[in-house]
Amino acid sequence: MPIEVNGKTMETDEEGYLADLNQWEPAVADVMAKLDDCQLTDSHWEVINFLREYYEEYQIAPAVRVLTKAIGKKLGPDKGNSKYLYELFPYGPGKQACKYAGLPKPTGCV
Amino acid sequence: MSDIKKFMYINRRAPYGTVYAWESLEVVLIGAAFDQLVSLAFIDDGIYQIMKGQDTSQLGIKNFSPTYGALGDYGITNIYVEKESLEERGLTLDDLIPLKYEDENDNYAEKDSIKVVTASELAKILEEQEVLLDF
Repeated sequence: MPIEVNGKTMETDEEGYLADLNQWEPAVADVMAKLDDCQLTDSHWEVINFLREYYEEYQIAPAVRVLTKAIGKKLGPDKGNSKYLYELFPYGPGKQACKYAGLPKPTGCV
Repeated sequence: MSDIKKFMYINRRAPYGTVYAWESLEVVLIGAAFDQLVSLAFIDDGIYQIMKGQDTSQLGIKNFSPTYGALGDYGITNIYVEKESLEERGLTLDDLIPLKYEDENDNYAEKDSIKVVTASELAKILEEQEVLLDF
């Protein structure tokens, strides 16, 4: 289903991931979050921005286990745990946060 | 507990002519979720998979070599490169992407994942494995 972002139409796949990763802009995350009845806070953006940096460096979306560990290292142990990340992204921190970040579905999400 | 096995992925082909290299890397990353003891070996033209400075812009294929840098995050810390294969191609360790991992048991010190081993040393390492996957 295509989504409307700032007057532009963007294609997504059947699970809602952006078809063309290069089309991503911050407003994409806001539009996707609204579709999930979710309001993005600075805490969400910390994770989304982290994922974008990770993808930039390694060209993959990290598995949730890798994400949790890496977030803990970067943002502190109070954030590097499943409870915190699942509270932010109840549909699964890997899948939901990667989707908002315009990344493909995480490699290693079976 | 005894379900933990020693897996070795053997990579022996150049990165972009076939899908083997990318398929292998994907299987390694997906398989890493299952808490096995995973090692990788690069032999023959497989060495080119982890060479520095890859540029695929003329091929129209994604350069996936940066992804090898994430292996350490996935808990893969033993990457063997066959010495003879390097030498036959006029390459040294310096021509390869410096793959690293952080050792949790050593205050997260950064360590090298790549170990250059001779063919006979590699043969011994292969003998110790329980599962060999050849790409």
